[in-house]
Amino acid sequence: MRVVIDADLCQGQGRCFSIAPSVFGFDELGSGVVLVTGELGEGELELARLAEANCPEHAVEVRE
Amino acid sequence: MTMEKTPVTDFATDFDHTDPAWVADPYPIWEDLRQRCPVAHTERYGGAWFPATHAGVTQIAKDTENFTSRTVIMNDGRPDELALPSPIGVAPPITSDPPFHQIARKLILPAFSPGAINPLEPQVRALCGTLLDRVAGGDVVEASWEYARLIPPSVIRQMLGFPEADTDVFIDIVHTVTESVDLPMDERIAAFEPIEEYFVAQIEDHQANPRDDLTTFLLNAEIDGQKLAVEHVFGTMILILVAGIDTTWSAIGSSLWHLARNPSDLERLVNEPGLMPIAIEEFLRFYAPVTMARLVKHDMEYLGVAMKEYDWILLGFPAANRDPAAFADADRFIIDRAENRHVAFGLGIHRCAGSNLARLELRVALEEFIARYPRFALADPDQVTWSQGQIRGPRRLPIRVG
Ligand code: HEM
Repeated sequence: MRVVIDADLCQGQGRCFSIAPSVFGFDELGSGVVLVTGELGEGELELARLAEANCPEHAVEVRE
Repeated sequence: MTMEKTPVTDFATDFDHTDPAWVADPYPIWEDLRQRCPVAHTERYGGAWFPATHAGVTQIAKDTENFTSRTVIMNDGRPDELALPSPIGVAPPITSDPPFHQIARKLILPAFSPGAINPLEPQVRALCGTLLDRVAGGDVVEASWEYARLIPPSVIRQMLGFPEADTDVFIDIVHTVTESVDLPMDERIAAFEPIEEYFVAQIEDHQANPRDDLTTFLLNAEIDGQKLAVEHVFGTMILILVAGIDTTWSAIGSSLWHLARNPSDLERLVNEPGLMPIAIEEFLRFYAPVTMARLVKHDMEYLGVAMKEYDWILLGFPAANRDPAAFADADRFIIDRAENRHVAFGLGIHRCAGSNLARLELRVALEEFIARYPRFALADPDQVTWSQGQIRGPRRLPIRVG
C-alpha cells in the first residue's frame, strides 16, 4: 500500500504531518508532502490511514 | 455601537448571532436548526442565511463562484460602502477572491509555515512562563484576561520585530483594532489613525534597518517583481492582528474553561502529556472559536433556499463541527478522539494561514498552565463571561488554583 496527497485538494491544514511525521512532511508554503513514496511499512500504513481519516480536505489517500 | 435589538423568538426564521441566548449557549440552537431547516434565515443585517450542517458549510466554503469573501464580518452595511480600491482590498487575502487571493496568500504562507513557526516554541514557552509568574500568588487566577489574552499579541509583536518596550502600547493597539471590526467605516478610519502612525513608524524603521522578522519579510516580498506598497504591508499586518489574536485567545480560554470543569480530562492531560496534540484537535473541534461570513454574488436557488444578491452567509465552522452527520458522538467531548476532520480553521482556499502558529500557542499555553497548576477548577461560574460576535470565547475566567 502507498499513500498520496492530492495537491489540488491539500490546503495545508497540517494534520497529516503532525499525526505521522515519519510519513509526511511539509513544503515551504506549509502544504503536505509524502515522504514515504514507495510501499508503506506496517506502522507507517497505520499512521497513513489515521492521517487519511483526519484530513479535513480529504486530500490524503491510501491506495494499492 | 450598541443598538436596541428585539430578542429572537425563532432562530430558524429570525436568527441573530449576537442574541443573548446564542452568546450564552449556541449549541442547542444549532442542533435544533439542523433538525428543522437546516438553513436558517433572518431579515436582520439586511438578509442573511445560516447553514447549520457540515455539508452546507463545506459546500459554501469551497464555492468561490457563487459567494464572495469581500466582507467576512456580518454587519448592517454592504460592501459598496466598505470596499477599498482593489486589488489590495480591505485585508488580503481574507477579503480577496480568486484569482488575486492566491497571490496575496502565497506571499504570507512561507512566514507561517511549520518551518518558520516551529522554531518559535521556546520563546512562546518562555512568554507563558513569564505571564504565569506575573499572576501567581493568589488562590484565583484570571485565566482569560490576565493569561490567554496576553499570549497572542506578545507573540505577534515578537514576530513583527516591534520593540519589547512597546508591549503594552501594542496590546492597546490590538484591542482598538479587534474591537473596531464592526464599527461604521468613518469611525473605524478615525480609530485607526494613531495605529497607522505607530505601524508606519515601525515599517520605516525596518526599511532603514532590515532584520530577520516578519516586517522585513513583508517589506521584501514581491508581486510580479514589485515590492509591496506600504499600504499593503500595513493592511497585511492589520489582518494578522484581526485574524490571529482574539481567535487564539478564545481557543486557549475555552480549553482552560473546559479543563476547569472536567477534572478527569485535566488529569489525563497531566498524566499523559503525549496526548496533548490529539486533545488540541478536540478542543478546536468542540469549541471552535471562529465563524466567518460570505456575501451571495447573485440571486439563486442554493441548498434548497432562494438566496438574493448581497444576502449574507454566516459560515458557522463551529456548527459544522457539532454535526452528528459528520462526527460520531458529535455532542461529546472525547479527549482522545482518533478521527477528527474538524473544520475550526476553515476549509478550501481560505484555510487559516495562521493555523500552525495557533496550534503552537494553544498547545504551549495549555502545557505551561497545567505544569504550573495540575489541579484547578472554576472559581465562580457566574463570573465567566463570553464574547459576542463571530469570535467565541471566554473573556473573564476566574480559576481557583489553590
Ligand atoms: C485558534 C485560532 C484560530 C482560528 C480558529 C482561526 C480560524 C480561521 C478561519 C476559520 C479562517 C478562514 C476564513 C474564511 O474562510 O473566510 C481563518 C483565516 C485566516 N487566519 Fe486564522 N484562525 C486562528 C488563528 C490565526 C492566527 C494565529 C493567525 C496569524 C497570526 C491567523 C491568520 C489567518 C489569516 C491570514 C487568514 C486568511 C487566510 C486566507 O484568506 O487565505 N489565524 N482563520
